[in-house]
Amino acid sequence: MNKIVKNAQEGIEGLEDGMTLMVGGFGLCGIPENCISALVELGAKNLTCISNNAGVDDFGLGLLLQEKQIKKMISSYVGENDEFERQMLSGELEVDLIPQGSLAERCRAGGAGIPAFFTPAGYGTEVAMGKEVRFFDGKPHILESALHADYALIKAWKGDRFGNLIFKGTARNFNPVMAMAGNITVVEVEHLVEPEELDPNTIHIPGVFVQRIFQGSNYEKRIEQRTVRSKS
Amino acid sequence: MLDRNGIAQRIAQELQNGWYVNLGIGIPTLVANYIPQGISVEFQSENGLLGMGPFPFEGEEDADLINAGKQTVTMLPGGSIFDSSLSFAMIRGKHVQLTVLGAMEVSDQGDIANWKIPGKMVKGMGGAMDLVASADNIIVAMSHTNRKGQSKLLRQCTLPLTGVKCVKKIVTNMAVLDVTPKGFKLLERAPGVSVDDIKNATEGRLIVEGEIPEMKF
Repeated sequence: MNKIVKNAQEGIEGLEDGMTLMVGGFGLCGIPENCISALVELGAKNLTCISNNAGVDDFGLGLLLQEKQIKKMISSYVGENDEFERQMLSGELEVDLIPQGSLAERCRAGGAGIPAFFTPAGYGTEVAMGKEVRFFDGKPHILESALHADYALIKAWKGDRFGNLIFKGTARNFNPVMAMAGNITVVEVEHLVEPEELDPNTIHIPGVFVQRIFQGSNYEKRIEQRTVRSKS
Repeated sequence: MLDRNGIAQRIAQELQNGWYVNLGIGIPTLVANYIPQGISVEFQSENGLLGMGPFPFEGEEDADLINAGKQTVTMLPGGSIFDSSLSFAMIRGKHVQLTVLGAMEVSDQGDIANWKIPGKMVKGMGGAMDLVASADNIIVAMSHTNRKGQSKLLRQCTLPLTGVKCVKKIVTNMAVLDVTPKGFKLLERAPGVSVDDIKNATEGRLIVEGEIPEMKF
C-alpha cells in the first residue's frame, strides 16, 4: 500500500470551491502549514473551515481569511485575529462558535460512525438554541451532531506510506480526531519514514483513516505566546 | 485589596493533595505559582497535556509544547499528552477535580458569563462551556468590579451565558464568597476591605453572617 503524494499541491488535488474542510491544530501549534499555503495558491473559495482557531492575521488560517477564501468558520475560540473579527462583525464571514470539547467530540463522532450524542456543555446558553434537550441522571444535556469534511488537512510528526501517524507534543490536539472524519484525509509529516521504523505499539492514528501523505517542508512553527523564565 | 497575584495565592489555598486541576487563562494561570508546601497537584491543559510544568528557560522553548493559552510550557515527570477528544473526556467525565477560570459576570445563582459581549467582542468560549458544565468544583477568579466600577457579582448576568448554576466559589480582589441557593455568602474579606465595601460592590444578593474574617496568607 502506498499513499504517498509528492507535495501539498498533489495532496489537495480535487479540492473545490464550496467544500468543507477540517484543519488540525490548536492556535498555531500543529497546523498543516504546507497544505494551507497550497490552498492559498489554489485559490479555492467559499470554503467552510472546521478548526479550533482561525490562526493569526498573517499565519495559519489567517492567510485564507486575508484572501477571503473562507465563507464559514466552525471554531471554539477565534481571538488573536483582527481580520477575522472584522469580517465576522461586518457579516462577511459566517461563524459558528461551539464549545471546544463538543467540537472535538463531533469530529471524533463523525469519524467513528456516531451520528449524534448528548453533552452537558452549552446547556442554558446560546449554543443550546434549537437543540434537543434530554435529562440523564437528572441533569440536562443537549444533542450535538457529528461533523464530516470533504478534506481533512492534518499535520503529524512521523508517518509511513501506509498512513500510520505519530504526533509530537501538544501538536497532536485536534489532528487525530479530524484525521478520522475526513472523506479525504491529507497528512503532511515532518518525517516520512519506512514502515519498519514505526513501532505499531506507538502509532496514534492507524493508516486506515488516511488517504494521502507527504513529506512536508520549510516548517516555520511560529510561536504565538513565547513565555520563558530566566536561568538565574 | 488584592492584586492578581493575591487572588491567585488565595485560590491556591483551596488546592488539595492529589487533585487534577485545570487553570484558565489570566489570573487562574498564576495559581500554579503558589502551590502550598506538601501539596502535590497535576495541572491539566485542555489542548492536551497533563503534568504541565513552568515556562521553559530562555532558548528552550518548543513550538510543539504549549498550554491552552498558547504559551510555551514544559512537562514535568509523570506528565502525558493526548488528543482534544480525550482531553474533554477527562473534563466531562469528572476526572479533573478543580477548574479555576475568569469571568466577566457571575450571578448569585452561580451562572457565569465570560465569552462574548454582543456587537463588541466575540472571542469564543473555547473549552469554558465544557468545563463549567461538567466540573463539580468551579472557582471563579476575577476582580469584584469592572473597569467602570460596576459590580461583576450580579442578581442576573446581562451577557450571554457560558454556563448555568455551576460556579461554587468566587475569589475576587475584595472577598471570598460561596454561591448558595440564597445568594453569595461572604466568607472572607481581603486585607483592608470592610464588609460595607463588599456590600457596596456587590449587586447580587449578599449573605453576611457574623464576623467576617480577613484572608490569611
